[in-house]
Amino acid sequence: MQLWLIPLVPLAGFAINGLFGRRFSKSLVNLFAIGSVLLSFAWVLKTVYGLGDLPTAHVEHYFTWIRSGSLDIGCDFAIDRLTAVMLLVVTGIGSLIHIYAIGYMAHEGGYYRFFAYLNLFMFFMLTLVLAANYAVLFVGWEGVGLCSYLLIGFYFDKRSATNAGNKAFIVNRIGDFGFSLAMFLIFVNFHSLDFARVFGQAPGASVGTLTTIGLLLMVGACGKSAQLPLYVWLPDAMAGPTPVSALIHAATMVTAGVYMTARSWVIYTHAPVAMHTIAIVGIATAFFAATIGLAQNDIKKVFAYSTVSQLGYMFVGIGSGAFSAGIYHLVTHAFFKALLFLGAGSVIHALSGEQDMSKMGGLRKKIPWTFWTMACAAVAIAGVPPFAGYYSKDAILVAAYQQAPWIYWLGVATAGMTAFYVFRAMFLTFFGEYRGGGHPHESPPVMLVPLGVLALLSLGGGFAFRVPDFLRGVFHAGGSVEDPTLMLISVAAGLLGIALAALMYWLKPGMADAFAGRVSGLYKLVYNKYFVDEIYDAAVVRPLVGGSRALLWKLMDTAVIDGMVNGVGAWAREVGGVLERIQSGNIRSYATWVGLGAVMLIVAMGLAGGLIR
Amino acid sequence: MSQVPTSWFLMLGAALFALGVAGFLFRRNIITVFMSIELMLNAVNLSFIAFAYQLKQVDGHLFAFFTMVVAAAEAAVGLAIILTVYRNRATLNIDDVDSMKN
Repeated sequence: MQLWLIPLVPLAGFAINGLFGRRFSKSLVNLFAIGSVLLSFAWVLKTVYGLGDLPTAHVEHYFTWIRSGSLDIGCDFAIDRLTAVMLLVVTGIGSLIHIYAIGYMAHEGGYYRFFAYLNLFMFFMLTLVLAANYAVLFVGWEGVGLCSYLLIGFYFDKRSATNAGNKAFIVNRIGDFGFSLAMFLIFVNFHSLDFARVFGQAPGASVGTLTTIGLLLMVGACGKSAQLPLYVWLPDAMAGPTPVSALIHAATMVTAGVYMTARSWVIYTHAPVAMHTIAIVGIATAFFAATIGLAQNDIKKVFAYSTVSQLGYMFVGIGSGAFSAGIYHLVTHAFFKALLFLGAGSVIHALSGEQDMSKMGGLRKKIPWTFWTMACAAVAIAGVPPFAGYYSKDAILVAAYQQAPWIYWLGVATAGMTAFYVFRAMFLTFFGEYRGGGHPHESPPVMLVPLGVLALLSLGGGFAFRVPDFLRGVFHAGGSVEDPTLMLISVAAGLLGIALAALMYWLKPGMADAFAGRVSGLYKLVYNKYFVDEIYDAAVVRPLVGGSRALLWKLMDTAVIDGMVNGVGAWAREVGGVLERIQSGNIRSYATWVGLGAVMLIVAMGLAGGLIR
Repeated sequence: MSQVPTSWFLMLGAALFALGVAGFLFRRNIITVFMSIELMLNAVNLSFIAFAYQLKQVDGHLFAFFTMVVAAAEAAVGLAIILTVYRNRATLNIDDVDSMKN
């Protein structure tokens, strides 16, 4: 099926723009960047169309990558229905965001660099989802991390942006550490990293082994998909340009962890403890991040915490054994969260860079297209039926109820908070009086068209794309459970959140401040994100940096290693200084030394009783 | 030749060698130093010959000839150097020729 074409076309786009883009005009850069992604999308569509029933994955072997002892890793791509869903999301949403970026980045420096990185990201992301073994998946996994780093730090003259890039990279290392250990363990136990062989043997392995592997994979997923306790990099990652936030830090890359755990579903179904841990981590993250989202004033930060929270939902789905529901939410979330971010980008663009919602307001009339499309996303994420978020979220929550009712109830509370903070952002941005200076202007059509398409997907995507039905064969899952009562409760929670937001931020604007004043301690705690960054800073970063500085740098490096090297040098100098005196340049003194030496030799020989005996 | 014992030759050789060493160490004129070196070489030659005679072996003779050849070559090169030194520095005092130091 020529799967290699799918990632390679964006790679070519990256190479062309990266190498020669500096001399290209913007339209030429667009041609290669957007053209390559669209071609890739077209090839995905053709491939998926010809996929047929596909009971097992279609694997393509290209070449042997590593062969050492019993380790045999091929550069293999595979496609099954799960991969197909991911491919469609990545290339489809990716294409829309690429097009949107034409308008958004029009006035930014480093235009070609931006699109080159974006194409490179597409290459790695597609490699990640197409991989037929853990090693190739890891290549994509690390590659998207690299692109994430590059794009977060895109405005490299801003210190905060480069710091955020470093933070993302370093926090992800912790997760990758877990992932690497998991791969080692998989290889030791199954003598292969190929998905087909690993999952074929997994049911026969001991529960302890599978649980350890599952938990280590979860650590990797927690880093990449911003789950507790490694979520801290994602909110900071918003320092990158908004299309990047939409593509990498909302729709695709951060869902790689969800994809990877769903891909490893065989391991998890045989390791209930690991699976349950995922559900707990997921719901804890969902709830925790949602509470932070309630009190943020930066529009991108709100959606960033919302992303963390929604990723938590996906993990609840995975952890409840409803893998297809998790992927379902991944897909719908890609629709509406990309739209929310792109809409936020449009707002920011309209206000010439303003991100603080307290300086917005009343934009509904000024940028109506942005408002209406974002409203579609808002109702979708709030879980209002029959829009996209409703289907996937309820699929997850119903599955969670089967697993543990308390997870369901926390999930419902989170759903309410989600609706509240999203609509809070909507009301603060689009309703009331305009509180900023300047003249907001609607974005160009090249930005509005992707918004419109995503709005349609947010509204109808859940209904039109029945992902769980499509994936039934992949996860060997039975029919999904329907429970009208549970659905009704979560929908009611969402509507309650919307109503509360409308009341506090639209109908009675003073109410929110009054409420915040009444619980000021709690408000401050939430507003400052529970001081998690500060705690990490004090508990991990500072001891590490300080310890490295005092112990490794000052003591180990400067005192011991440098001391040793310098000591040897100084000693040689000292000795040389003494020996130097012998070399007087006076030939007769040399002769004297020779003579003395000869005499001493003879004396020594005499004392020893002669040389030859 | 039931005559002069070998040890006398050796003693003469040793004395000549010591004279050469002393001349080498204590004289400052390059030519004198050079002559002292020749003296030492010939003192050693004398010892070689004496041993060769004593042990009835030809090795010592060979070594003596060899030393002579080397000494001749050395004399040619050495005298050339001395000439050049004198031309460049207008001195034959060996203590003044110490520019190799540092």
